[in-house]
This record gives sequence, C-alpha cells and structure tokens, in this order.
Amino acid sequence: MMTANARENILSRLRAIPTHGRYTVPEAPVIAGLALSREERIDRLRRMLEVMHAEVQVVAAREWLGELKTLLRTRALNGLLYAPATPLGAVLEAAWEEGLPPLVPYVEPVEQCRESLFTIDAGITSTRGAIAETGALILWPSVAEPRLMSLTPGLHIAVLEAEAIFNTFAEAIDRQGWLEQGMPTNVLLISGPSKTADIELTLTFGVHGPKELVVFILQ
Amino acid sequence: MAKTEDVAIFERNVAKALGDGQLRRNLRSAMATMSQRRRTLFADTEAFEQLRTLGQSIRRRALSQLPELLEQLEQRCTANGIQVHWAETAAEANAIVLDILRRHGATRVIKGKSMVSEEMHLNHFLEEQGIEALETDLGEYIIQLDGETPSHIIVPAIHKNKDQIAHLFHERIPDAPYTEVVEELNAIARGELREKFRTGDVGVSGVNFAVAETGTLCLVENEGNGRMCTTAPPVHIALMGLEKVVEKLQDVPPLLRLLTGSATGQPITTYFNMITSPRRSGELDGPHEVHLVILDNGRSGIYADPERRTTLQCIRCGACLNHCPIYTRLGGHAYGHVYPGPIGSILTPQLKGLDEAGVMATASTFCGACEEVCPVKIPFTEILRMLRNEAYARDESEHEVQGHGYRYTTVEALSWKSWALYNTSPALARIGAQMLSKFGQHLPMIGPLKEWTRVRTPPPFAPKTLHELAQQRGLDDDR
Repeated sequence: MMTANARENILSRLRAIPTHGRYTVPEAPVIAGLALSREERIDRLRRMLEVMHAEVQVVAAREWLGELKTLLRTRALNGLLYAPATPLGAVLEAAWEEGLPPLVPYVEPVEQCRESLFTIDAGITSTRGAIAETGALILWPSVAEPRLMSLTPGLHIAVLEAEAIFNTFAEAIDRQGWLEQGMPTNVLLISGPSKTADIELTLTFGVHGPKELVVFILQ
Repeated sequence: MAKTEDVAIFERNVAKALGDGQLRRNLRSAMATMSQRRRTLFADTEAFEQLRTLGQSIRRRALSQLPELLEQLEQRCTANGIQVHWAETAAEANAIVLDILRRHGATRVIKGKSMVSEEMHLNHFLEEQGIEALETDLGEYIIQLDGETPSHIIVPAIHKNKDQIAHLFHERIPDAPYTEVVEELNAIARGELREKFRTGDVGVSGVNFAVAETGTLCLVENEGNGRMCTTAPPVHIALMGLEKVVEKLQDVPPLLRLLTGSATGQPITTYFNMITSPRRSGELDGPHEVHLVILDNGRSGIYADPERRTTLQCIRCGACLNHCPIYTRLGGHAYGHVYPGPIGSILTPQLKGLDEAGVMATASTFCGACEEVCPVKIPFTEILRMLRNEAYARDESEHEVQGHGYRYTTVEALSWKSWALYNTSPALARIGAQMLSKFGQHLPMIGPLKEWTRVRTPPPFAPKTLHELAQQRGLDDDR
C-alpha cells in the first residue's frame, strides 16, 4: 500500500531538531479538587443530573425495587432490557411480577437481536460509580452487561450505590484503580438523556440516545 | 498594488457575508449565548486561570514528546486490538478508509462529527466511490442535506435558523411535514437516522483525546450519535490529527472540563465515550474491528518550528470563534476553508501554505479576545503577526512557513526601505514632515490611499509637525 513509509516519514519529521527557538513546558499548577462529605456528594450529583433533565431518586436500598415498580407501572412499556448475569439482573428476576413490562434479557450477540434492541422501550443497567463535581454516572460495560443497553432504549434506568459517588473524575480514576486493572473495551460517563442544541442553540432532549434517564441512588 | 487571488476571493466573501442580514442576525444571538454560557461556568476567574495553565501545561508536555507518545499510543492500541494506520496526506487517509470499507464490502457509512474528516473531504471522496457517507450529528446532518460545509467547529449549522431548517427538512426529507418547532424537527431527524444506525456497515468518528498510556480513544458528545457510530456497526474507523495525543489518563479530566466548558459552557457533555479495544471475546456488542488513522497533512511541518508548534495545542473547543469580532460578523463560510475563526486563521495558512490561505491571517483586529478565552493559552496574536510577516518575507523568512513571501512586491519592499531611511535620517525626516504639513492635503488619492479613503475622510495634516510643537514647548530632543 502506498502508505508503507508514512509512519517512518512522519516520525522522522517530528524528530527533526528545530534550528532555532525553544519549546518550554510550563509547570503544572496543583489544583485542589472538591472534597465533599458523603451527603454533599449525593446532593450535588442529584442536582447536577437534574439540571441535565435526568430524574433522580435517592432511596433506601431495600425500597428501591418498589419505586422502580411504581415507575414502570405508570408507563406502557413494551419491555425492560436487562443483563441476567449481573447481580442486578438476579435481583430483578427474583422480584418480577404481574403487571410489569416483560423483562427482556440481553444474551445474544447484537447481530442476532439488532431489531429488538432498536425497538425496546426501556433498559436497566448498573453503574460503576458517579462523579459529583460535574454530575455524571460511570458505566463500565462488560461481557455480562453490554454497551447498547444504555443507548438504544428510549428510557435508560441506572442503578447507583451511593458509596460509589466520587468528588471528581480524577478521583474516580485514581480510587477505582482504572490504570492498575486495565481499561475495559468501553467506559462511559453519562450525565443525562441525550440532547442537542444544534438548531438555534435551543436545548432539546432525546435525540439519538435515550430520551429519558432515571437514576436510582441507593442509600 | 495588485491583489493576490486569495485576497480577492476573501474580500468577495466578506462583502457577501456582511450583506446577509439573516446570517448576521442568526450569528449574533448564537454567539452571544455561547459566550455567556461559558462565562457563567467559569465565573471564578482565578480558578479558571489555574485550570487554563494546567491545560496549557498538559498540552505542551504532550507536544514536547510527540513522536514518543505517538509510538506509545500505537503500541498500546495495537496491544488492545486496535489497528493503527498512518497517513501523510488527506489523500492517503482517504485511501486507507476506502481500503477498509472495500474489504468489508461496505456501502453505508454512518459518521459522527469529525473536523479531520472535513479536512480530508471524506464524504465527497466516498460519494465518488459510490459509498454513502451519512452525517449523523444533527447539525452536520442539516448542512449535509443542504450540500453545505460546517460554518462552526462545534455547532456546524449555527448559520441557519429554524425556519430555514424547517423548509430544508420539508423539501429534502421524504414525507417530512413542515414544522418550525425545534422538538419536532429533532424528532424527524431522529426517525430518519435511527434506521441508519441499525443498518450502517461502518461507523466513522473523530477523536478528541487519544491517551498514549492506555491506548484509549476519547470522544465527547451530547446526542448519542457518536456512541451509535462507534458501537452499533461491525467496524469502527476513528480519524485523528497527530496532535490529539495526551500522555496520561489523568491528563484527561482537566482537558475534558476545559473543552466542554469552553465550547458550550457545560460542566460535562451528556456522553464521554472512552474506547480502548474492539469487541472482546464473549462480549455481545461493539465493533469487531476498530481502526485508528493518524493523519499528518501538514502538522509535522508546523511542529518543526517551536514557536509555531503552539498552534497544535488546540483542543478544538471553538471558544475563539465565539469571541472573535470578525467571526461573529462573518460566520465560518466566508473564510473559505474548513477551519474558520481565529484557530482557522493560524492553522490553515500553516497547513495549506500562505500562498493558498495566507489571507486568513489578515482576518483579525488583534483585539486578543481569542487569546484571552483560549483554554490552553495559544498565543494567537504572536502567531498571526508572524504569519503576516512571513507572507511578505521572501528571502529573510525566519520561520519558513510554506508559501512565505507570496505577497512580496518590489514596490512595497522599496517603500519600506525608504520609510526606514526617512526615519533614521533626521534631516530627511524634518524636511519630509514639513513638506507633508504644507502639501499633505493635496496628496493624490491613488493606490492604498485611494482604497483607504474610499469609506473614510482623510484627516487633515497638522500645520506644524510634532517635532516643531515639542521644540516650541522647550522639550529637549534627548528626553
């Protein structure tokens, strides 16, 4: 292919010693990050997510399923996409009952279920944590919990343990040891339902991704 | 003095843009809103200044070891299963993309927003090869429908208002009803594109940051179309300019904050998408192949000069556009090149050569607003001044910018030599100044004077020179 030497040519041009002038790197200031209490972190996360039109419910761990069921009963949903091989999946299976939208497991490769992934109304995922400062959930898709679950359904429900809310993005990377354990295929920060302001800067929600994001923060 | 072709074209573009009342109204409100949102987010100026210095430091540290970081990025990406390609020119990058598409028999490409792909004119290239390349970012989708190019690097359709978009959708999208309601326009686009996401053969995206330490490609977006393009099709091709690399994972959080805040005043976008590998064994979705194309296209030439290298610090937030008195009156199309506004004015002449795009460096009042808002402190005015000098520097070019000296004329060179002589010879200066006092009013209005006085009244020359006035007041020549 004609690009056989492109790599060497580019790198050798970048390595050429400049004939004049110096390129300096200014010292990086040390910026103190947020340091909020547990309650403040929950509160800030909730506020930031709500500004971005997410619906946030802070609930006791043993009550959240009831709240979820109440939410689902008020809507006519054709199904709830879930990941059966996760702890969350097991909880949902055990608690499911009449009158709720059917639980639809994501167990086949996308090639076999593309149609249904793009037509299902809702999906529920766990989260690996959250960032209080900017308001964002950390999603860590895996073999058990695939990537499209939080993208193709119109309603995305995310479940978050309050313990996993960090002050900042930098703190989450550090404390959760992202580097040490190696990055997964895909990590996502999600701060609300999909949105755009491309027409006259008018902010509207629900473009290509979910139209709604509901977050359960479990105390 | 004869005008060079680039100047003539630019002047025509400027006249057209300034005469377009609709365009100016659309721009005025949008730019004011974007600047205001940014100001609100970074209201704590002291904290912002610190963050800016950090951003500058991170970008400069990355550029100071660019070849090593690119090699590290390549090595980590390859280990992760991402296939890395290098392209010296846009044509090479296009050929690489086409080759991948051909191998997969792809005919439908879905694209996330990427300025590098604009630089490559990828859509046009693929169309000629019979491949549909569909823009899926709402703004990009709108302008693609109208056969236009982006007029802003963050909000590409900002030059259009909703009435214009309403007509466009109604005329170009089969069965689309006429509506001026923004939510309904969004819904029409969502409906059209959803099917494309489901059936697209290959997804193409840009890259906001590429992390050398982990081999991770980071993408910033609000709509979810970027996630669709990088997750739903079986193949993902990411395009990046070679300056996009950063050293460490921990370099990402401050840059992300600076990028989203400077661009749209958001603390963070809806999605921050970090891609480290293709689909791994057992995973149910994501592309089986991820390709990274690293594009030079003139960047290594900029890199070679330490002063010009600062141009490559850019993280493409667009804040310099939103705050530029020239951009906010003209919009992006008048510049005539892919990257408009202050960043375009310093980047494009260096990428394409002064002889092709040197006029862009003249699209500045030197007010310095771009420099003040730049989240990574690019010294815009210094580079602009240098580029203007280079445009006239035929033999004495210090920075060897491609196409330097293209505006050199003997008449002008001679004029400046005379000017220097005049100002370094007291006798000559005295006689000259006195002559101007007496006869300046009757100077023939030709050449640049004619041009300058076309829309201005020439100021009268003072009857006495500044020197004479100073002497009358008893001021000493030496003080």
